[in-house]
Amino acid sequence: MVYENPDGVRIGLEVHVQLNKLNTKLFCGCSTEYHDSEPNTHVCPVCLGLPGSLPVINEKAVEYAIKIGLALNCSIVEQTQFHRKNYYYPDLPKGFQTTQYDFPIAGEGRIIIEGEDGEHVVGITRAHMEEDPGRLQHMGSIDRSKGTLINYNRSGMTLIEIVSEPDMRSPKEARRYLDKLRSILDYLDVFDGDLEGAMRVDANVSVHWGERVEVKNISSFKGAERALLYEIMRQKNHIRRGGEIVLETRHFDEARGVTISMRTKEEEHDYRYFPEPDLVPLRVADRVPKVRETLPELPDAKRERFMEQYGLGETHARALTTEIKVANFFEEVAAKVDPKDAAVWVSDILKGELNYRELSIDAFTVEDIVAVVELVTANKITEKSAVEIIRTVLDDGGKPQEIVEAKGLLKVEDDIVATAVDEAIAENPEAVADYLGGKEKSLNFLVGKVMQKTKGRADAREAREKVLAKLNE
Amino acid sequence: MITKEEVEHVGWLARIEIDAKESDAYAEKLNSVLDYFGQLDEVDTEGVEPTYHVADIVNVFRKDEVTASMPQEEVLANTEHKQEGNFKAPKIM
Ligand SMILES: [Zn+2]
Repeated sequence: MVYENPDGVRIGLEVHVQLNKLNTKLFCGCSTEYHDSEPNTHVCPVCLGLPGSLPVINEKAVEYAIKIGLALNCSIVEQTQFHRKNYYYPDLPKGFQTTQYDFPIAGEGRIIIEGEDGEHVVGITRAHMEEDPGRLQHMGSIDRSKGTLINYNRSGMTLIEIVSEPDMRSPKEARRYLDKLRSILDYLDVFDGDLEGAMRVDANVSVHWGERVEVKNISSFKGAERALLYEIMRQKNHIRRGGEIVLETRHFDEARGVTISMRTKEEEHDYRYFPEPDLVPLRVADRVPKVRETLPELPDAKRERFMEQYGLGETHARALTTEIKVANFFEEVAAKVDPKDAAVWVSDILKGELNYRELSIDAFTVEDIVAVVELVTANKITEKSAVEIIRTVLDDGGKPQEIVEAKGLLKVEDDIVATAVDEAIAENPEAVADYLGGKEKSLNFLVGKVMQKTKGRADAREAREKVLAKLNE
Repeated sequence: MITKEEVEHVGWLARIEIDAKESDAYAEKLNSVLDYFGQLDEVDTEGVEPTYHVADIVNVFRKDEVTASMPQEEVLANTEHKQEGNFKAPKIM
């Protein structure tokens, strides 16, 4: 199957990733743990750009940037440097942003995603380092606000901007690209994606291979898919009405789910890029081999290994390796029970229950899921009871063994079932005769009697088999 | 050649109001600066390695260790435009 891309859609994404797991900002020693702090309490002369202050780059930030570049299969530049990108905006106290221009730390690379027609390669154009601006908060709604409040706590945080080629052909592929990127970055342990503003997206979108429109300020992945769907529809409608798509920048209004044209747009030459004189160039080539050694096994490689080592199918292997935490959890479970059982219970059942409750894998312990799987495989509880135990642990707490006892979920002993079967048959000769005479329904009646006698604790399928066996004796 | 319009455009980029008289004056001054750079352009640099920085050093790094930030009062000390610990600016569209 080849995806024909009927609307000629091309999507390229620019993702800003905030390296919030660093202890300090990019060019100063201010702490990065500002999320629960008062405004303007994590700032210093450097990140405020006060006269006479001098930035010094965070060595670890450079290592992280190289690590990200390598994980995205990018070439790492021999020597890199910073530029000043000049624009005047209140979130940028210096009047310029320190960023990389002609020598980004990471050059061309690629990511493989599940595309519309199987595996699809998305090219990475570049990944470069820059500082985050401060945060603006409009007083009231954006068009009626009385003013803007500015908090510089975020100013100077390390950002990596990852720019893709316009290789995505649908909002769905864009979403998959973002998910894959997030997955890789989680594996690298360079950021906490759950923190506010950890990943922000700008998109370039064109239809019918036409002119591209830039959509800015998308703050979530769900938002990205919605923004793209809206923008593609808008462009197609505009063309159908005889309009022409022009190069422009639009703002995504998350609340209304629409994109709005921004009236003024600074052109690239308006930014008047020039080399940052306060920072010396970085020669990073000789650091690359060392950073490469710190690279973990990445999602694609882990998926292959799970299929090989545990004999899992592609679907299970993929579901279990998307999140590093789930992958590690699975491996711990698989060390204690049959890996295929572990895959079913972790991937199909537990993850479903967690997703439903919007919980992460941290909400369950390896020990508890192992206990549940062992109870099922030892034939002590039914699968239905196992699911009930998992739900109870999540909703009310407690240990599987206690729940089994408290709820009386243990399957009755085989001889009790056998006795119930004998009794049911002995007490209902008419039903037995009907069944032997060809009335299939009578079997259900007898099974029902067995369930009644065991107070529903026998496994229905098992009871049915036992009744059948007895009748066919 | 820098024109009056370019001066006005740069003024807009910097959010500085420049009136007609000023833009004429700036255009003239900036052109004389450009003339000087034009002279530098005539220097023969054949075979000279480009320099990326005035000082011939690379790799000045800082360890990822937290140092003290400024107290909020001090951060806001130079402005009258503040509210609840934030700087306050006119509305931004
Ligand atoms: Zn600082």
